[in-house]
Amino acid sequence: MSTEDSYYVPEQSKLPIIAATGMGTIAFGAASWVIDGGSPYIFLGGLLIMVLVMYKWWSIVIDENMRGLANQQLKRSYVLGMLWFIFSEVMFFAVFFGALFYVRVFVNSWLGGEAAVGWFDDSPTDAAAANNEILWPGYQAEWPVMVTPDQAANGDAAQFKGPEQNMNFPGWANLFSWLPLWNTVVLMTSSVTVHIAHTALKNDNRKKFNTWLGITVALGIFFLFLQAEEYIHAYQHMGLTLETGIYGTTFFLLTGFHGAHVTLGTCMLLIQWLRGLKGHFSHDDQFGFEAASWYWHFVDVVWVGLFIFVYVLA
Amino acid sequence: MAHGPATLADGWVKYASRWIFTTNHKDIGTLYLWFSFAMFILGGAFAMIIRAELFQPGMQLIEPEFFNQMTTMHGLVMVFGAIMPAFVGLANWLIPMMIGAPDMALPRMNNLSFWILPFAFAILVATLFMEGGGPNFGWTFYAPLSTTYAPDTVNYFIFGVHIMGASSIMGSINIIATVMNMRAPGMTYMKMPLFVWTWLITAFLLVAVMPVLAGAVTMMLMDINFGTSFFDAAGGGDPVLFQHVFWFFGHPEVYIIILPAFGVVSQIIPTFSRKPLFGYSSMVYATASIAFMSFIVWAHHMFTVGMPIAGELYFMYATMLIAVPTGVKVFNWITTMYKGALTYETPMLFSIAFVILFTFGGFTGLMLSIAAADMQYHDTYFVVAHFHYVMVAGAVFSGTAAVYYWLPKWCGKMYDETMGKVQFWIAFIGFNIAFMPQHFLGLAGMPRRYADYGLQFADWNMVSSIGAFMYGAAQILFLFNVIRTITHGKPVNDPQVWEGAEGLEWTVDTPAPYHTFEKPPEVK
Repeated sequence: MSTEDSYYVPEQSKLPIIAATGMGTIAFGAASWVIDGGSPYIFLGGLLIMVLVMYKWWSIVIDENMRGLANQQLKRSYVLGMLWFIFSEVMFFAVFFGALFYVRVFVNSWLGGEAAVGWFDDSPTDAAAANNEILWPGYQAEWPVMVTPDQAANGDAAQFKGPEQNMNFPGWANLFSWLPLWNTVVLMTSSVTVHIAHTALKNDNRKKFNTWLGITVALGIFFLFLQAEEYIHAYQHMGLTLETGIYGTTFFLLTGFHGAHVTLGTCMLLIQWLRGLKGHFSHDDQFGFEAASWYWHFVDVVWVGLFIFVYVLA
Repeated sequence: MAHGPATLADGWVKYASRWIFTTNHKDIGTLYLWFSFAMFILGGAFAMIIRAELFQPGMQLIEPEFFNQMTTMHGLVMVFGAIMPAFVGLANWLIPMMIGAPDMALPRMNNLSFWILPFAFAILVATLFMEGGGPNFGWTFYAPLSTTYAPDTVNYFIFGVHIMGASSIMGSINIIATVMNMRAPGMTYMKMPLFVWTWLITAFLLVAVMPVLAGAVTMMLMDINFGTSFFDAAGGGDPVLFQHVFWFFGHPEVYIIILPAFGVVSQIIPTFSRKPLFGYSSMVYATASIAFMSFIVWAHHMFTVGMPIAGELYFMYATMLIAVPTGVKVFNWITTMYKGALTYETPMLFSIAFVILFTFGGFTGLMLSIAAADMQYHDTYFVVAHFHYVMVAGAVFSGTAAVYYWLPKWCGKMYDETMGKVQFWIAFIGFNIAFMPQHFLGLAGMPRRYADYGLQFADWNMVSSIGAFMYGAAQILFLFNVIRTITHGKPVNDPQVWEGAEGLEWTVDTPAPYHTFEKPPEVK
């Protein structure tokens, strides 16, 4: 029904209700799974529904585009949709960064009986001092928190014990064995390679596009591999786990959510790469790829934030 | 698109599949509105249980544990299930018609945004029947009450909130894309009806803060199940961190609820005053200012938690500043009515009541913003009274006004004016009897969320409960009036419906055809 100048409004669709069912199943399944004695099967069933729906949904959208149903205005809607979705992701990470800053700047000092921010709070309040003396005697404010307040006050009886080692900069001598640095190099490089692929596509150089996008996907997978190595090392050799107080908490949650987003971004780029091999996209019609690459640049920027605030300035 | 929508005459399978598979903004708007009304009745039933228990001192009807579940579920269901979806329903119905668009920008995602909600609320309400009972930690779910001391079912609550948030984010992305991309030629931003403006800004707030809520419940999930210590000082975290994160979501959230209500009232008052809205552009700027400030005042909910004095002062002054753009709005509504040819149909009555009662609720908000005075008011019934004046007399009154105002356009039938007015007066009087005494209770020191109270609070609690039952009864009348309008209402054929109404939605046929503006209109 659509022509060049009218906006394509799709007919009835069975996909959304299946997707909603999938999301409901995931939510219910995840909750029953984390409660003691639960099993993951309902959750996995929901996940399967979602994967199938997403495959079908985007197939239909791609097909509509190839049949010429999507006019310029509809494409702008997709662009806006993707940009605001990325904005919502920015806000999601902002929460975890915010938590990190709040803990480092305020909570840590107060637990140690110190003033938090010198320029408006230059001597410890009675409350902070009492907090330290009565509740957590012996706790010294430090970052990373290697000895938790619980541990300082209760010794071996503590529920939360700090890590043995942290992920800080290990000194110039060990620079090249410091995994986060390599992670940074890998991810920054992948942002460049995805840009090269983009430029190649705009110039209709398909072969170059396929090659450089393939390299980007490989770099994404390599990043995830390094990240997994880092986690294994942390758990097995550094005594650094989710349960080692606030440092382990913020470290794993921030890098973990970033890793989850890299996984998602890698899947997106992989699909675009497969589409490229099938001959999709042209020099002026490539939104699927562009959206994935914007997402990729976004996870890259988040990593820079992580590298600075979680690893370097620790 | 060629054929019309399925009706009951086509058989119930076709009729049901129309609603389940629909991509039409009007159908989806209708679904949102009926869903939100169902949730409104459910949340209202919870409120009736609360007020029945509080009718007299002592425990008469329910256990304190169940009372806690009722206060929690009442808040959650009303905020996330009733008020927010009601305004999303209005947005779906009206925004495309107001800006001359053929539909929402992303119609299939629009359907998904709606159908997540029944699943989310089924999960949430189901917890009431599970072992350990439903959420019992208040709608603000402060840690450690919601982490260390919560029942296992809190996990259902957490994931329910997650998908509800996904629904809101998709819904608001859709609204932003529609407003930014689908306006008819000539419909510049500064010509958009104010309802569209307020929703554009609301959608921005939603996209910004729903992920924050997701972050808050994720941290809870990790603390409960995976041994992290975000909200546990023993590991170096802080329960107060939860409050900061929650209110960074929560304060914009209350404006998410009230801004579309501002939009509705800004459409209705000019119609029945037969004058254009006074100070259109100042309304737009005021809305944007309120939205901006909503991000930088969150800790005024936390004055008693123990903040540095500099923090208390900053959040106090910043909060007071919000009274300025809000005052601009109230001034503009009153000035629109000044020397207008006013008539008092039901939507106008609800809108005038909105202006009066919302202003009252705003003033008690100003009282609460004074950090020193808040030490006395905090967590008392004064706070309960304050936010019910802005949530009920603000958001719900304007939602009711909106339904009466646009119902003839939606279904082509006129509602019963007498019944509407009777409903209004019962609701208005019942509301004030219910909530005005709660100010006195709070100032006298009665804490909120208590299942029992001292004898000195008995009289006003009984009065308050009687008012609440009155207000509840008015909603039954509302439901009856709407259904009767749809089945037996007097047909309306005039596209204009209301003499003084302006805007593109009044240029299309009444009832509005299934598809409107397939060819965009020219706006001069």
